[in-house]
Amino acid sequence: MSVEELKVSIKNLNVFYGEKQALFGINLNIYANEVTSLIGPSGCGKSTLIKCINRMNDLVDICRYNGQIMIDGEDINDSSTDPVSLRTRIGMVFQKPNPFPKSLYDNVAYGPRLHGMTNSKEDLDELVITSLQKAGLFNEVKDRLFEPGTGLSGGQQQRLCIARALAVNPEIILMDEPCSALDPIATAKIEELIEELKEKYTIVIVTHSMQQAARVSNRTAYMHMGELIESGLTKTIFSNPEHIKTQDYITGRIG
Amino acid sequence: MNNILSRNNAEKRFKVYGVLAVSTAIILLGILLFKIFSTGISAFNQSYIGVKIEINNSINSSEIDPRTELRQQLRNMFPELTTRAEKRTLYSLFSSGATYEFEDLLKTNEGKTINDYYYFLASDDVDMYVKGTVKREGDSAGRLMSDQLKILDQFEEQNLVELHINKYLLAGADSREPEMAGIKGAIYGTFYAILIAFITSFPLGVLTAIYLEKLAKKNRISDIIETNINNLAAVPSIVFGLLGLAIFLNFFNLPRSAPLVGGLTLGLMTLPTIVIAARSAIKSVPPSIEEAAIGLGSSKVQTIFNFTLPLAMPGILTGTIIGIAQAIGETAPLLMIGMVAFVVDIPGGPMDPATALPVQIYLWADSPERAFVERTSAAIMVLLIFLFLLNITAVYLRKKLEKKW
Repeated sequence: MSVEELKVSIKNLNVFYGEKQALFGINLNIYANEVTSLIGPSGCGKSTLIKCINRMNDLVDICRYNGQIMIDGEDINDSSTDPVSLRTRIGMVFQKPNPFPKSLYDNVAYGPRLHGMTNSKEDLDELVITSLQKAGLFNEVKDRLFEPGTGLSGGQQQRLCIARALAVNPEIILMDEPCSALDPIATAKIEELIEELKEKYTIVIVTHSMQQAARVSNRTAYMHMGELIESGLTKTIFSNPEHIKTQDYITGRIG
Repeated sequence: MNNILSRNNAEKRFKVYGVLAVSTAIILLGILLFKIFSTGISAFNQSYIGVKIEINNSINSSEIDPRTELRQQLRNMFPELTTRAEKRTLYSLFSSGATYEFEDLLKTNEGKTINDYYYFLASDDVDMYVKGTVKREGDSAGRLMSDQLKILDQFEEQNLVELHINKYLLAGADSREPEMAGIKGAIYGTFYAILIAFITSFPLGVLTAIYLEKLAKKNRISDIIETNINNLAAVPSIVFGLLGLAIFLNFFNLPRSAPLVGGLTLGLMTLPTIVIAARSAIKSVPPSIEEAAIGLGSSKVQTIFNFTLPLAMPGILTGTIIGIAQAIGETAPLLMIGMVAFVVDIPGGPMDPATALPVQIYLWADSPERAFVERTSAAIMVLLIFLFLLNITAVYLRKKLEKKW
């Protein structure tokens, strides 16, 4: 990328679950068409942070937050922003593959149908097929599009979930430890996919595997106990971290 | 070593206790079912007595009084019975229903002549004697006196006493005469009441469960509502009857004894059961599915109707059918709203006075006639078959919906 385009900018974000503060004054920039990975020990608030980006935390009754999250210069917590339409711009892939208990086709078609994105059956068919192709799944499943999505292997299910997210044509894809339930081969496939997807999408990935962060991401942010310790280009973070805590984590001394 | 031995023994003992408990339950259930079926099965047959009917002119049914004509035909069979008392004894072997059957016979043979033996409904006392429920002791048998038995013996010598299928039991409504009493009216009453109970309690219960589980903020008020719903499930059913009496009859002035009111009352009674079952079914839907839908930009309500509800439906239906089955067997609340009345008409709709199966059983069990004993058991059999069918439906629906999802 020659010109870095700011996609998401998080400023001074504090998040509370009830009385307990989960995130402390987070400042982070996420750039378009890049992969940004969030690393850090369990419970450090990585998942909480990405769930703020598509306002999934709104669903938690006791969750409150302050600070600012801007996407393309718009404050997503502004009263004029509807969380439902926000989430159509931001796809999400979860830790555990969670296909709907429907056919493969219906899994991918759910989003487009919901938002009335296609006018005809043919358009929808095409959208489903291209989404599956983008997720690198089409060739494996083209003969069983109308079988239940839950019959696939774990890695295929996760790619199905990615295809499902791609079908609504999001700008940003949030991935919450997408490979933690997968074996190394399935993980490799997902990583290849992430590599391809960043051409078109902005990707934020939470991961526990530092190798994965090093392999797939352009930028890395290290979090610890609800604080963002440091963020920057992945190369820099891994070779020359500024902060001692980051260094300890990366070298495996804590975590 | 010793420790392991004693632990293994304890396990064996525990298993034996379990087997004992289960077999006791099965034996008791078996005795109950055997008793009910062995008593009730005879109610599906009914004693009929053959009468020679001879009408040589072509029949014009509107001109013949069936009661007088049937008696005339009987007298023709027994010319030796001359006194008033003897003739009365002869007539008393037949049910008053015989007259109606004779009337039907005349109507079907309009314009023809008849000369044959036809069978007519015997009285309940004859029926009990023929079925062997009451035995001959000295000169009499149950309520049959010696003079009645003498005439009945003559019929039996000619092989004119037969057991036919009891068409009154399943096709008739209640009657003071046991041989003509049926449960069709009660079945209809139960059907309408349960239909209304389902229509009111199912949507209300499911919507309440969805609201409490998915939409309401958790706070003190929702806690109080939750506790109260759980408490409602434990309220004695007769209290719901009082509630129905106070609200539907006294306040809204709905008709007394109507399945509409019975259904509404039973619906109120079933509501907490459905709410509790639906809430636990909704709770057990994996949140990952809902998160995925929300993440794709579906709204809360869309997520609920597209995923949560269909996935919870098997559990909701099971709970609902258990609640409805409970309501079918319920007597007490119906007593309070007047569905205990003696109703001889089959209700044409939920606003007509009716009774319900369990209430019919209660009424018959309370009747002094010997012949109502077997009818009580027969009605219980029908009720049990209904509940059995309902449970089968529940299992079937659950299996079917689970497979699809």
